[in-house]
Amino acid sequence: MRILIAKPGLDGHDRGAKVIARALRDAGFEVIYTGIRQTPQMIAEAALQEDVDAIGLSILSGAHQTLFPKIMAELEARGIDDVIVWAGGIIPEEDVAPLKALGISAVFGPGSPTTETINFLRAIESERATTAR
Amino acid sequence: MAQARNGAANKRPAKNGAADDGLTGNGAARHKSDAERAALRRAAWNRASDAVPERPIAFMTTSSEPIARLYDPTDLADWDYERDLSLPGEYPFTRGIHPTGYRGKLWTMRMFAGFGSAEETNARFKYLLEHGQTGLSVAFDMPTLYGYDTDDPSGMGEYGTCGVAVSSLADLELLFDGIPIDQVSTSMTITSPAAVVWAMYLVIAEKRGIPLDQLQGTIQNDVLKEYIAQNEYIFPPVPSMRLVVDTVEYGTRYVPKWNTISISGYHIREAGATALQELAFTLADGVEYVGWCTERGLDVDSFAPRLSFFFDFHNDFFEEIAKARAARRIWARLMRERFGARDPRSWWLRFHSQTAGVSLFAEQPELNVVRTTIQALAAVLGGTQSLHTNSLDEAISLPSDYAARIALRTQQIIAHESGVTNTVDPLGGSYFVEALTDRMERGVDDYFERIEALGGVIPAIESGFFQREIADSAYRYQRETDAHERTIVGVNDYLVDEPPQIPIHKITPEGEQRHLERLARIRRERDNVAVGERLDALRAAARTDENLMPYLMEAVRAYATLGEICNLLRTVWGEHKELVTV
Repeated sequence: MRILIAKPGLDGHDRGAKVIARALRDAGFEVIYTGIRQTPQMIAEAALQEDVDAIGLSILSGAHQTLFPKIMAELEARGIDDVIVWAGGIIPEEDVAPLKALGISAVFGPGSPTTETINFLRAIESERATTAR
Repeated sequence: MAQARNGAANKRPAKNGAADDGLTGNGAARHKSDAERAALRRAAWNRASDAVPERPIAFMTTSSEPIARLYDPTDLADWDYERDLSLPGEYPFTRGIHPTGYRGKLWTMRMFAGFGSAEETNARFKYLLEHGQTGLSVAFDMPTLYGYDTDDPSGMGEYGTCGVAVSSLADLELLFDGIPIDQVSTSMTITSPAAVVWAMYLVIAEKRGIPLDQLQGTIQNDVLKEYIAQNEYIFPPVPSMRLVVDTVEYGTRYVPKWNTISISGYHIREAGATALQELAFTLADGVEYVGWCTERGLDVDSFAPRLSFFFDFHNDFFEEIAKARAARRIWARLMRERFGARDPRSWWLRFHSQTAGVSLFAEQPELNVVRTTIQALAAVLGGTQSLHTNSLDEAISLPSDYAARIALRTQQIIAHESGVTNTVDPLGGSYFVEALTDRMERGVDDYFERIEALGGVIPAIESGFFQREIADSAYRYQRETDAHERTIVGVNDYLVDEPPQIPIHKITPEGEQRHLERLARIRRERDNVAVGERLDALRAAARTDENLMPYLMEAVRAYATLGEICNLLRTVWGEHKELVTV
């Protein structure tokens, strides 16, 4: 699987994004990291250009409720509908359900081990392999 | 380590050892020096204690540094009481900068606060002051930190989430409305646009008739750590450093009680650095600022006493205390020996502390109060000048009033109930603490050599050295946690299956509306001809090497907005681009 790790908005807290990018790479995924300060358009464009299978959004600034819907809309505008999008960072529990309704598959908080994300992606990978067969 | 020990030992006056070894040919056992006897006893004890089982874990610090079973005089063979410890208030200040420690004055309890609009944050400031807080600390929101007005599309969705929105002087006037800024000291956690926001603060003081030389406070203004870790940079390093030196020069002349740079390790640590990396990179940044200021022609003793520091206090109690003690000692030596400072206040490393946000979790959030207490206690035993304690909801949302009050009360309990303030540096002389302090200092020396070999701090930033070092440490820590080599209570062990039951603080959409209306009104009603002229003057000055502070003050006085000023400077100086490293 090809994975895009993206940091939307002005948030410069990139420890989590870098840690998860390395953990996924070490787990055998192909990882592209955008760097910080990505607009929704930049993220969707990178997803398209890099032809990724999944996008991990890292956000700690609290702007997720504004930025995530815009990212989903930008993906849709480019006809990207089969890419898994998940999120990590500081996201209150009560925001999780609305984000899932938006199409964000999973949300991992600050205490999540990287193995949780790895397992989440592997499950999708094997599910896809089964359906493809 | 052995080499350092020998080297340092040579500098010390010989005690009885030399005479014993040189003159007595027989009865060596009877004439052994104290050190030799201690070493023999220790070796025997090591062998005996090896037989006693220990838990099968790696005994290491939060920074993955190994810790020995025991520390005793043999670990301090190269340690010299006068040279390395001395007395409180005396060079090299290992035991603190004040002779009476907290018996004279407690640390300033300074809770970092800011969210939503100026009105909402002003109410929080008053709430904290009413509850016994002794200084203010402003958190700004992301658009403000990047020098954008709230209605700039770049800051979409970011209004007020991480701090208070300040787009013009009008917002800062509301933020400090009813607050006696001639009596309360104010710390403003802002860097890239620090000069602009400081100019606003100075103009407020002028409007209230308060002489600038009475103002007390701090602007963070540490742009080097933005490139290293925090990522809230705007301009490239060289013009950014010029702006920093402008504030130092202006402050030295007109606002002498103001700390114009808070040289910050906090963000370096939060980005994943070890305690040693935090210390080494922060002190290297400090050296860089001193170098730039002296190159401007400022006498080191004119500005060095106004440099302050800011450190993170993480879970590992003794490691953090050692970091603070080593920080003071190394800085004193650097300032006196490398920069030739003669004023003892130039040798002082004064610092603000914040407990480690990165150590807090959303799982069982009430446990965060306990973590914060341990960290705050380390900051106090490390001799901090001021302290922010994180709220238990840090990993979930902005602090609620309730959570912020518990965090403040934590400091008050340490100050008034724990007894640790009764004597100066209660841990001084502990074999363990002194050995860790020495190890920190040696580690900093090593990093200084590596940074110098890369050509200095800015070339090291440009080559990604700091960023890689930090990312490596962050990843190692995460792997150790995931592999259960570290136990994090409530996170990877001792779990419960219940959702957190704490109130979540939300910012109000009405506040944003009010803020945006105010911004629109300012742009409409101010004297736009005057604004244009003052911005033109600022632009012209930015192209020269004139000090920009007077131009910034004139611009903000006319209600030029933060975004207008920073965008203008962007066009003159360009913007810094991230070196993307994983």
